[in-house]
Amino acid sequence: MSLTSEYIQQRLQDKFGEQVGSFEQPYGMLTFEAPKEINLKVLNFLFDDPHLQFRFLTDLTAVHYPDQTGRELAVVYHLHNLSANVRLRFKVFTDIQTPDVYTASGLFSAANWMERETYDFFGVNFVGHPNLKRILNVDEMDYFPLRKEFPLEDQTRIDKDDAMFGRG
Amino acid sequence: MKDQHIKLPEGSIEKTTTTLNLGPTHPATHGVMQNILELDGERVVSTEQTIGYIHRAFEKLAERRPLYQITTLTDRLNYCSSPINNMGWHMTCEKLLGVKTPKRVDYLRVIIMELSRISDHLICNSIVGVDAGAYTGFLYVMQYRELIYEIYEEVCGARLTTNMGRIGGFERNFSDVAFQKIEKFLKEYPVVLKEFEDLFIRNRIFMDRTKYTGGISAERALNYGFTGPNLRAAGVDYDLRVHQPYSSYEDFKFNIPVGNTGDNYDRWLVRQREMWESLSIVEQAYRKVQDFKGKEADVYHADAPAYYLPEKADVYTKMEALIYHFKIVMGETEIPKGEVYHAVEGGNGELGFYLISDGGRTPYRLHFRRPCFVYYQAYEELIKGSMLSDAIMTMSSLNLIAGELDA
Repeated sequence: MSLTSEYIQQRLQDKFGEQVGSFEQPYGMLTFEAPKEINLKVLNFLFDDPHLQFRFLTDLTAVHYPDQTGRELAVVYHLHNLSANVRLRFKVFTDIQTPDVYTASGLFSAANWMERETYDFFGVNFVGHPNLKRILNVDEMDYFPLRKEFPLEDQTRIDKDDAMFGRG
Repeated sequence: MKDQHIKLPEGSIEKTTTTLNLGPTHPATHGVMQNILELDGERVVSTEQTIGYIHRAFEKLAERRPLYQITTLTDRLNYCSSPINNMGWHMTCEKLLGVKTPKRVDYLRVIIMELSRISDHLICNSIVGVDAGAYTGFLYVMQYRELIYEIYEEVCGARLTTNMGRIGGFERNFSDVAFQKIEKFLKEYPVVLKEFEDLFIRNRIFMDRTKYTGGISAERALNYGFTGPNLRAAGVDYDLRVHQPYSSYEDFKFNIPVGNTGDNYDRWLVRQREMWESLSIVEQAYRKVQDFKGKEADVYHADAPAYYLPEKADVYTKMEALIYHFKIVMGETEIPKGEVYHAVEGGNGELGFYLISDGGRTPYRLHFRRPCFVYYQAYEELIKGSMLSDAIMTMSSLNLIAGELDA
């Protein structure tokens, strides 16, 4: 049987019922979300189910939506079933006060650094991660730079001179 | 031996391993990254990698830039094959915007992307040689990377950080000189590549240094998110050019070389084999481009007036062109709302762009899936228990590019 989006959706709904939802297919990629409490159950099911076999973690990142109260941070997993060549996108939303999401690093070794990166930039606390510390930024940093409230430099500022670039 | 030991203060615990800092700047790291190795004699006990020395916050910067200005950021990811990054980014935009590119543009892109792949693999493979002590090959092939860079220069004016192409195609048509240089490359390069290969492929010293070192099983490689030549060396025939063809790759005939042990030697062989395949693709694409006749032979961009800069002459004479020109340059074109993931087969593997647009003029969020970043975390597992010198070879045969690690 070919692994169509409808079939994947059906299987997920059979297993998790109402808990999985928001099924969409933007640009042909099946996208859905689940509560953050069951993210590992969903990932495990996608990994182990003999018909689904999503065993390759392509990408893991987060997105910050400051306007959605209670679901400010979205953790996005891109999974790939290499033998059937099907991709899907799985999202869990979390509030920004307690951004605790279970780590996927036990299931995918690749998730280790990806989660560290996500923590580094968004402050998502991956519960159970073996080594959750900053990866690209300095350890002393006390903010999460990819959150929307962190401003980029004002493009119109004029107080910069050569000394700021190590010259002059 | 016992009485030769330095007397330690009372109650202190003797450390039995040596800590060695490899990097951040070290000739063997080929980029700015640090490895803190714990050594027992000459064997690696454990390692901790520190990256981020050239982190430039591209993902944050991209949130303020119109699409065309992000191309320059992608240059600086894998700077050994920037055109692939550029084209990958343009294709992501085209997917979001729904721009369809003409066949000739696809073929021209294929030529450039495959030349970049050759230059990328060429550097990696010759550097593996340098790290093993064989400098000759590196110096010898350098003149053909130079020729590839001359082709870039002819096409876009730049050599390393190319900023090549536009959304919808190229900024200008390929010149005759560019085609002559491609022809020259096709004619001369196979001989050189063969000679380069002969220097290494059955070389006793090289084989002893690379075989059975830094190996990884297919299962572990997949779990670690390996892609590209490093995954194929472990025996998995996953290649985006075949599995999710973009830019008309389905029109070309080529093989996916695979290894089986995933060790340094297999990685080297896979890259070497891929260069031959790339060469054949360039040749096929070049023939296909030559087959376009008449009006079709001058097509070098798609018809996407809202995103592709109009001819300068039109800007001065036509109202519509002037408006588009202004809107594009000032970054005032609204991007349709959407969420798209597009990946291309970069020099090191699956280079993905995850772009979310909320309907504004700049991306709401852009994430780069950098293959280097993903597979470098396997380094500890690859070198644990091996000799220090093998760790060096493993690092160079993984083809770590600092720009891609850090983004």
